[in-house]
Amino acid sequence: MARHAEADIPVLILEKLSRIHGSGELTVHALRRINLAVRAGELIAVMGPSGSGKSTLLNLAGALDKPTSGRVLIEGEDVTSMRPAALAAVRRRKVGFVFQDFNLVPSLTAAENVSLPLELDGWSPRRTRQPVAEALDAVGLSGQVGDRYPSELSGGQQQRIAIARSLVGPRRLVLADEPTGALDTETGDQIMAVLRERCDAGAAGLLVTHEPRHAGWADRVIFLRDGAVIDSAESAAVDERLMRSIG
Amino acid sequence: MAGAVVKGHVMSVRWGILALLTEGPMYGARIRSEFEQRTGGTWPLNVGQVYTTLARLERDGLVEGQEADDEGRIGYRITREGRRQVELWWTSPVPREDSPRSELVIKLALAVTVPGVDVQQIVQNQRSASLSHLQDLTRLKRGTQASPAGNDSGSDLAWSLVLDHLIFTAEAELRWLDHVEGRLQREAARSGRRPQHDHQAHDHQARDHETETVVR
Repeated sequence: MARHAEADIPVLILEKLSRIHGSGELTVHALRRINLAVRAGELIAVMGPSGSGKSTLLNLAGALDKPTSGRVLIEGEDVTSMRPAALAAVRRRKVGFVFQDFNLVPSLTAAENVSLPLELDGWSPRRTRQPVAEALDAVGLSGQVGDRYPSELSGGQQQRIAIARSLVGPRRLVLADEPTGALDTETGDQIMAVLRERCDAGAAGLLVTHEPRHAGWADRVIFLRDGAVIDSAESAAVDERLMRSIG
Repeated sequence: MAGAVVKGHVMSVRWGILALLTEGPMYGARIRSEFEQRTGGTWPLNVGQVYTTLARLERDGLVEGQEADDEGRIGYRITREGRRQVELWWTSPVPREDSPRSELVIKLALAVTVPGVDVQQIVQNQRSASLSHLQDLTRLKRGTQASPAGNDSGSDLAWSLVLDHLIFTAEAELRWLDHVEGRLQREAARSGRRPQHDHQAHDHQARDHETETVVR
């Protein structure tokens, strides 16, 4: 598995992260002092029952929500204390999201969807051409697919586009919320394979899923309950021959 | 239970060997290597097991040993009745047997009835272990997909299908564990108990941790 050269510097750090909704008797501790680091080359899955804090965690990691206490560092930058404009710039430049329902802009072609974060960041269309082509290539889509509209693409292709968009140009952090939810098992596996490849090539991935099958692609799986990490599972570096003797 | 598992394994070796012999006579060593290769090496056989099985098949009239060759090796050939039995095997469903995991079923069934057992912890420990196992299997599967199909693509396909089976089995167990947890919560809610981690306990933990951090 190829690891990124900067593998030792976490792309995402969550430090004693807490999020409380409401107050008084209606107080809900959505997250309780979560510590987590995601390095380049890593894919970490978050599992837990509904209401356990998975989505809150992802929203905080992507600077879409502010923690009650604790810090979020994206590529070393503390985003918790940033002003909205700076925060928006971090989201454009450093964080990519992949959602269950793809969230592509229907009136833009696949390639235009991928180039959107770069263009919003002031890149000229001409300058986006190469990174967009590379991003599409990296998810196994190239050629004419880029000129098609989302409605002309299969679910699996649309999600590949969304992954390409999440990691286009300099972006290295991909936050995925049930990215295989709307897809059949086979296509879901293919999407997980693409996500895994992108992480192996140097991205840092945080995946929220309720599917054990897809969590199986992660380097580490953390389990949330009532907003706290209760356990984690890691793939043991077992010898393949040993594995072959199971059963 | 363990007996049923052993029996299942013995039966699958017996049928496996018989099915291989429909392709033509083979020596014991060849049977062993073919069996292992075609099942992805997931169920290694020892030579003794192969010969014991062949002896039983011979006793039952399903195979017959040939004359020993110059090196003293005995080839085995399938009989007409053996072929008939293999045909029947291909066309009949495999009987459902107790799986090796039924220890887990028994453990949980007892855990919910024996007082003072932290069932939720048992569920979580198992979930974590099963997920690690699933991660290992997924990694092996990625390995098989990454390697280009060579001359051996038939046995690669077999190994890949065996892996899929193990992945589906692990997945089913994890789903069942989720189900167990959900049922426990509903039961607890119905009886007015709180099986979940106590929020106050969490806060205490958090505060203790904070104090610790500050001290450091």
